[in-house]
Amino acid sequence: MSDRSNVSRAVLEDRAKFIRTETVRLTKIAGAGHYSSTFSCAEILSALYYSQMRIEPAKPDWDNRDRFVMSKGHAAIGLYPVLADLGYFDPEELETYTRLGSKYGDHPDMKKVRGLDFSSGSLGHGLSVGVGMALAGRATGRDFRTYVMLGDGEISEGQIWEAVISAGHFKLGNLVILLDRNGLCIDGHTEEIMSIEPVHERFASFGWDVQRVDGHDFDAIQGAFANLPREATGRPQAIVFDTIKGRGVKRMEMSLDWHVGNLVGEDYDDVMAELEAGLQPYEPEPAE
Amino acid sequence: MSTEMQNEAEIFRGTTEGETRFRNAKSVRGTPKAGMPAFVLGEELAEMAHSDPRIIVATADLASANRTNDFKAVHPDRFFDFGIAEKNMITAAAGMASCGMVPYVATFASFSAILGAEQIRTDCAYPRQKVRIVGTHSGMSMGFYGTSHHALEDLGMLRCMADLTVICATDANHLRAILRKSVDHPGAMYIRLGRGRDPEVYAEVPELEIGRAIRLREGKDLTIIATGSQVRAALDTAETLAADGIETRVVDMHTISPLDRAEIEAAATETAAILTVEEHNVTGGLGTAVAEVLVDLPRVPFKRHGVPDRYVEVGPPAALYAHYKLDAPGVTAVAREFLETTR
Repeated sequence: MSDRSNVSRAVLEDRAKFIRTETVRLTKIAGAGHYSSTFSCAEILSALYYSQMRIEPAKPDWDNRDRFVMSKGHAAIGLYPVLADLGYFDPEELETYTRLGSKYGDHPDMKKVRGLDFSSGSLGHGLSVGVGMALAGRATGRDFRTYVMLGDGEISEGQIWEAVISAGHFKLGNLVILLDRNGLCIDGHTEEIMSIEPVHERFASFGWDVQRVDGHDFDAIQGAFANLPREATGRPQAIVFDTIKGRGVKRMEMSLDWHVGNLVGEDYDDVMAELEAGLQPYEPEPAE
Repeated sequence: MSTEMQNEAEIFRGTTEGETRFRNAKSVRGTPKAGMPAFVLGEELAEMAHSDPRIIVATADLASANRTNDFKAVHPDRFFDFGIAEKNMITAAAGMASCGMVPYVATFASFSAILGAEQIRTDCAYPRQKVRIVGTHSGMSMGFYGTSHHALEDLGMLRCMADLTVICATDANHLRAILRKSVDHPGAMYIRLGRGRDPEVYAEVPELEIGRAIRLREGKDLTIIATGSQVRAALDTAETLAADGIETRVVDMHTISPLDRAEIEAAATETAAILTVEEHNVTGGLGTAVAEVLVDLPRVPFKRHGVPDRYVEVGPPAALYAHYKLDAPGVTAVAREFLETTR
């Protein structure tokens, strides 16, 4: 794909909105879906796929394409529409989402989804996949980058830290963690369930370069991307994106009730209208 | 002290012929007829990698134990030691495979197949990645290291995973054949090795077809279907029984999944009885797999022989094999007892 670094802010905002509305629409087909985990990473996904990654959708097997691993596989519902929109497959196929025999399930299967670089669903595995991709790229002299999106609850998994240690050891400068730091896991706030802060210092102590930015601000996201080094060997790169779980739908923002949900009737229409209006300033609920 | 107890004491002191040979194992490393699968692992892969740039080898802090350091010495740029982090290693291998590499990841079977079972299923088998998980020191070959280091459940755990080839190396030359065939075999594979001290069965690298058993001896009175370390014991048993006029067919059922049904059906229809022998829990492994085929066939006398469904005693490997009747005298005794019940 040609240079996309000049994609306008308006386009990226529109594609983030598209990710959210498609997530709501596809969830209706399934009868249940991961809204809030997808909403928190909508801007990151939009910036990554529409302005950052070196990809050619007409050649999904191009061996020097950048790789993306959606380690928090439950957000695949936000990735499928992006892949379809970029031309990896016919968007009409998404009408089958989660129905018997569909290629598109709640967690993504690389054997079925064109453009998907790896399957996911079992949390904690994706960064190791990325380590392998980065090692393979370097061993074969290819200069692609590997991006791995992790959930913040996910990094309680021990395998993540095996991978973090090894990427530092192998000096995988071509590996990038995109941490969706949305604050919530299923049972509560991460800091109450299993605390991870100061997460940026933790990555840094394993030999990673770490940036920490607002994951809903395109200038900040693209600025962090612009800081990534081009060398394959060096300190691996982590970007901690501070985000809001459920961002974009007032009732879901930082709510524990919408990790999995299903909007029906007027609720569906209200939420779609809210999303169409675009992001409003985030106003946390006052503490009780 | 009874003779039997004396014999056992000698085994425990490591004075049997077998134990002596084992202790001197390093002195014969690298010789073509050493009959030591694990020890040819690194050198064979290194040889293959000269002409195949896809081959990558990784281990988890056991490069000397499984001789993958023989590969490292030749191809240091395609060798990765992941430290004591097997899950990361197996999944990273899947990532490498998705980029066109053919990674061989080797560590003790207890820490590859058992510790890494979910990574094998979810990251290698399910996405059909060409990862070769090499489980060395399988069964109870780690002897007195104990249950944490034994893998007597790996065949049972892995053979019920779809899109995963499960294959056992019988000896060094057999392992060479498996490795050579494995490079272009589709999907993920689990290759089960002993400790590298297994006696020789194949004097030369055999013709091998993955999923097709090798019939090593003909007979009509009994078929012994064995895998891995027990193929030699099965052949020796057949030799002993032949002296009594009992003709035994011996089958090396190296591939546990997919299983060679035709060979089992042939044994059921052409021979009078079937005995399976494996260095594995008698539940879930080769014997169970064969039983699943036999239930669909006309009844034939059948017995499974392996390790009983409990954690094994501590002891030197040779002593354990004798204790659990998984050496030639033991298998012979089990076979005779079984044949008595069929008369």
